[in-house]
Amino acid sequence: MSAVEGMETAHVDAHEHHHVSQNFWQKYIFCEDHKIIAKQYLITGIIWAVIGISMSVIFRIQLGLPDSNLSWLKPILGGWISETGKLDPNFYLALVTMHGTIMVFFVLTAGLSGTFSNFLIPLQIGARDMASGFMNMLSYWFFFLASIIMFGSLFLQTGPAAGGWVIYPPLSALPQAHPGSGAGMTLWLASMALFIVSQLLGGINYITTVINLRTRGMSFDRLPLTIWSFLITAVLGLISFPVLLSSVLLLIMDRHFGTSFYLSDIYINGEALPNVGGSPILFQHLFWFLGHPEVYIVLLPGLGITSEVIATNSRKPIFGYRAMIASMLGIAFLAFIVWAHHMFVTGMNPFLGSVFMFLTLIIAVPSAVKGFNYITTLWKGNIVFTPGMLFSIGLVSLFVSGGLTGIILGNSALDIQLHDTYFVVAHFHLVMGAASAFGLFAGVYHWFPKMFGRMMNPTLGQIHFWFTFIGIYLIFIPMHYVGIAGFPRRYYQFTSYDFTHKFMDMNMFISVAAIFSFLAQFIFLWNFFYSIFKGGRAPQNPWRSNTLEWTTPIVPGHGNWEGELPAVYRWSYDYSKPGAKEDFIPQNIPYSQTLESNFPHENELIATEKAIEAQNFNDQFNSH
Amino acid sequence: MNYIIALVALVFVVLTGIVIARLQGVIKSIKKTDSEEAEPSGNKVNGAMFIVVLVLGAIAIAWSYMHAREYFLPEASSIHGRRTDDLFWFSMGILTIPFIAVNFLIFFFSWKYQHKKDHRASFYPDNHKLELIWTIVPAVVMALLVFTGWKAWSDITSEPPRDAEVIEITGKQFNWIVRYGGVNDNKLGNYNYKLIDAQNEVGIDLSDENSFDDFQNPTEMHIPVGRPVLLKIRARDVLHSVFIPHMRVKMDAVPGMPTKFWFVPDKTTKDMQAELNDPNFKYEIACTEVCGQGHFSMKINLVVEDEASYKKWCSEQSTFLQTYPEYLAKVPDNLKAKAMKGLPAETAAPADSSATASAGVSAGSSIR
Repeated sequence: MSAVEGMETAHVDAHEHHHVSQNFWQKYIFCEDHKIIAKQYLITGIIWAVIGISMSVIFRIQLGLPDSNLSWLKPILGGWISETGKLDPNFYLALVTMHGTIMVFFVLTAGLSGTFSNFLIPLQIGARDMASGFMNMLSYWFFFLASIIMFGSLFLQTGPAAGGWVIYPPLSALPQAHPGSGAGMTLWLASMALFIVSQLLGGINYITTVINLRTRGMSFDRLPLTIWSFLITAVLGLISFPVLLSSVLLLIMDRHFGTSFYLSDIYINGEALPNVGGSPILFQHLFWFLGHPEVYIVLLPGLGITSEVIATNSRKPIFGYRAMIASMLGIAFLAFIVWAHHMFVTGMNPFLGSVFMFLTLIIAVPSAVKGFNYITTLWKGNIVFTPGMLFSIGLVSLFVSGGLTGIILGNSALDIQLHDTYFVVAHFHLVMGAASAFGLFAGVYHWFPKMFGRMMNPTLGQIHFWFTFIGIYLIFIPMHYVGIAGFPRRYYQFTSYDFTHKFMDMNMFISVAAIFSFLAQFIFLWNFFYSIFKGGRAPQNPWRSNTLEWTTPIVPGHGNWEGELPAVYRWSYDYSKPGAKEDFIPQNIPYSQTLESNFPHENELIATEKAIEAQNFNDQFNSH
Repeated sequence: MNYIIALVALVFVVLTGIVIARLQGVIKSIKKTDSEEAEPSGNKVNGAMFIVVLVLGAIAIAWSYMHAREYFLPEASSIHGRRTDDLFWFSMGILTIPFIAVNFLIFFFSWKYQHKKDHRASFYPDNHKLELIWTIVPAVVMALLVFTGWKAWSDITSEPPRDAEVIEITGKQFNWIVRYGGVNDNKLGNYNYKLIDAQNEVGIDLSDENSFDDFQNPTEMHIPVGRPVLLKIRARDVLHSVFIPHMRVKMDAVPGMPTKFWFVPDKTTKDMQAELNDPNFKYEIACTEVCGQGHFSMKINLVVEDEASYKKWCSEQSTFLQTYPEYLAKVPDNLKAKAMKGLPAETAAPADSSATASAGVSAGSSIR
């Protein structure tokens, strides 16, 4: 604290240089400030989430209440609803496909990572902004362009892409195989190519910023786990997204330039195609080489946010800080060598199946460590149920419940029966979809005061949590039963087979629960948008948290800190330290000010404080 | 169904009640300063909710599982299927322990250690022994599951026995076509996708003498009970996946890359009808890889019968050449005599083959 105050004069000097007045466009549209970019990602993500979840509601009505008359959707869906009020089967597949694409990429990758990596990395490591504000802006606008193209594809006469979010060729490569494989797929591929560019621009920035712009004293072993998770996520994305780009480019070549990377021996619509020698399995390998790390790209930021929120609101240090980092690194490494567990029954060599089964089940070990560490963090805590905390606790529950069935599916022998049934759908929605979405909610509730300088209504947040949490379990626990009963996924209706022509009540129940959970999200939407304008003023440090973002002004301006950047002397988890006056000691408080609560090895660190204070390499405002 | 709705409705009514009660109390005041030791709003209610949801959730899961059981697939009709089923329920049994334990701890701790005034959490940043325990225990359990799974997987995917009945199944938009090796040689003839037309739907290569007695069927697959059946799986246009739920069989059909799956069915259709007390029971084959508009209805029935009935059925099927004798034109001259065995003499006129071939193309192009 004293260090910051002592530097007042230096700050005035630095401050003047950087208050160039900005017009509306520079300030809110083509903005290079990480906080605005984070909000742009968040708002875009929320809009996409509403679209993506609405789609799932429509197809859940089709699956659970197949006799219902959907004519009321005609104003929106037009010709996709037949005269008798039935959903078009091709459009059903398009809805399933777009729901997956939107939720995985546009909501849980861009909306989650984009928002919180951008918002929290500079604030929590003590930087003025991202390493490259310009690249950061480009990253958002590439994402925006990808969004526009994907959104535009919804309005095509032939419909958007419809081969499943995994877009396996040949279905996705041959326009004659399905209407959605025409212009819809072209736009899907173009949109995803731009999306990947956006992710890479963002990811490079996150990594560079975390490595280079940490403030004085912020060594890697003092980084909050949120930052660790964003760093690891960005590395995952940087390695795997280019592989998706390559698979997308090869698919574009197959579609438009007559190559045969994925096509061979095909006879369709009365015509034998000339393509020979390609392999559809090649696409699956390339796709899942991204597709599996993608699961962790979606999940790890959620786990990072949870680590931070659970520690803060349990008023306890996160249990096993180093083990948490190690397990994230372990998960990230393993994420790259398990992709073929999505392909056990594609005809891949069974020996490969054995190898991938073994590697896959190893992931359970670091995941279990994380789960147990969260529980131990709760143990003997003094838990405050802020909405962010509730969603974090919910995340742990969903992560464990959904993760356990992954042990079943990762077992190739069991996957034979369960592959592409609703068991899989239930599994990944719990562990990846809902858990990550809970991470997103936890983050929004927790950092809303920092984003907008106002508080969200906690009671509405708590109500939102319970409705969503119960709703999610009501949807996905029964879905496991449907899967065990053998129901295949991506079916327009279940009336064609005797073995699926039953269990109707369960499907109806799932659909009702899905609609209920969907409606519950409007509580959040109202709370969110209302509080931006009308919420109560946020205090300096509403959750009494240790991390650096709460040392900035309540609404941080450009450059985040007025005056010098704060120095960091301790890790971010000194909650309820024995002997301390308060039950939290922020990271910028030196050990020399907390003699009453220091451990012996911390007293030794007092000697290093002068050196830390003297450094100031990374302040971008002082770099001239 | 009514019970479920009633139960859910009850839960929601209770929740809404709690919510409204809380709203009255807290909606006016949001503290604007760092509220040092004040009780956070709604903390007690939320703590209690964890116990309520834990208890109701446990009841709901147990009850719904009991309810759902009658809809699960009946006991597997293949030898490997019962093995993977046993393994599945064994694994599920083991995994239920951490599922219950972990969720119990999360919910219970949340309630037990909720904020108390003038209370301070304990500073407990790490414990290497604990970390070691919960690294090693899951690792050992995983090793056990991997080992059992790997044994089963290698047996299921091992080379098929020599005496296996070989049947080809080809997926196309949107039906399956099965082809048998025929009663004379019981060998499948070669195929080539370029030979496909409206009649020759799987591209049988008639220059291979093994194909002369091949017969195919687009509506029914028959297999003998009690001995290995090897499915040779192909796709004609896009990816499909052969799924025989009652046999616990699944394997993708990939254009350009033949796949296979072998299994031993040991319950005939009649056995199952008796077992399930359902005279209308039929085995079905479905598609589980999204393949287009008709994906959800890409069905072919499967009949499992004893060896004698199976042989009889096979002998009653007319071969491809008997059905479409005009394809004799495609048989090389030196093999014509062999190919014509079993064909009525007058049908062996090759003249009209070109006409049907072109008809085939137009019929084919109308498939959507």
